[in-house]
Amino acid sequence: MAEIMKMSILRYRPETDEKPVWQSYDVPYNHETSILDALGYIKDELDPTLSYRWSCRMAICGSCGMMVNGQPKLGCKAFLRDYAGGELKLEALANFPIERDLVVDMSDFIAKLESIKPYIITQEPRSLDDGCTTQTPKQMEQYKQFSMCINCGLCYAACPQYGLDNKFTGPAALALIHRYNNDTRDQGKAERMKFINEEAGVWGCTFVGNCSVVCPKGVDPAAAIQLGKVESAKDYVIQMFKPGE
Amino acid sequence: MSRSHEPIFWGLFGAGGMVAALILPIFIVITGLLYPLGIIPAELLAYDRIFAFASSWWGALILLVVICFPLWLSLHRLYHCLHDFKIHAGVRTQTVFYGIAYTATIASIVLVLVL
Ligand code: SF4
Ligand code: FES
Repeated sequence: MAEIMKMSILRYRPETDEKPVWQSYDVPYNHETSILDALGYIKDELDPTLSYRWSCRMAICGSCGMMVNGQPKLGCKAFLRDYAGGELKLEALANFPIERDLVVDMSDFIAKLESIKPYIITQEPRSLDDGCTTQTPKQMEQYKQFSMCINCGLCYAACPQYGLDNKFTGPAALALIHRYNNDTRDQGKAERMKFINEEAGVWGCTFVGNCSVVCPKGVDPAAAIQLGKVESAKDYVIQMFKPGE
Repeated sequence: MSRSHEPIFWGLFGAGGMVAALILPIFIVITGLLYPLGIIPAELLAYDRIFAFASSWWGALILLVVICFPLWLSLHRLYHCLHDFKIHAGVRTQTVFYGIAYTATIASIVLVLVL
């Protein structure tokens, strides 16, 4: 038998709402119902005006991030059964401007991801004739975890420093720098160090660690940033002995 | 894009963290518990013994490490807490905070040398 969950959703329709308002729905659910499924039920059966983002339904695309009872979660990876007996409050991802209902404007986040040169850089151009670049499992282990990011933005919603000042490069982008800098196929570390060394780079982090708690893919951006601080400190000492920099 | 000078303060902060985590608890247990509760005999911490300790070069070094690094740790932490409390401190506040740590460091070095 299906149980009923009371779901309150923070609505914002820019053409009619002056500011976001709460609206509640009663949604039947069973053991398998995810929050994303429940939103689908609301949209299909109760209120077609509700807006939210989704695509893969399996924690791959990173589009369904939202605040669930104040915690950043993927709607498709959180289940109503875990909130049984309680109430569910859904809001748009914290620290991002709301575009409409649960949809946020991610442009700042995407711009940051793009700005840090998230691709393999080689000093000499390579051609197909050079053959493949091999890597040992151990070398791959150095960066693999940090390459699992799906760009969902949950870590930015969880980060109090990004919330206070969005100039901060932020967890996912800094983890991405770490991912490429530690790939043996890459030679672009020198170009990326300047993003790390800035005040808004790793030094904007005070090691709260919430990014790693909420990450749905086990990326551990906090660890990447701490390792980045060590790299940046080394780089700082080295530049003191390099004249003209 | 400008390079942050944070590595210097982060280094001192890190060193302070190590001292505060590993050495300070021992000092607190000795001077805050064992000594007042009479578990270690009072003569062990008698004035002339402590004075001799502070006057030796290694004693002075230990005192400096135990006093100065935790100072940098706490002032660095307090400075960053201001930001967390939405007090957006500028260079002047930064100078005051690190200035306190700096002055206290110099003062301890001088005092320890005088001893
Ligand atoms: S690091 Fe984790 S939480 Fe942050 S965007 Fe990537 S997958 Fe999402
Ligand atoms: S719908 Fe793709 S991650 Fe949730």
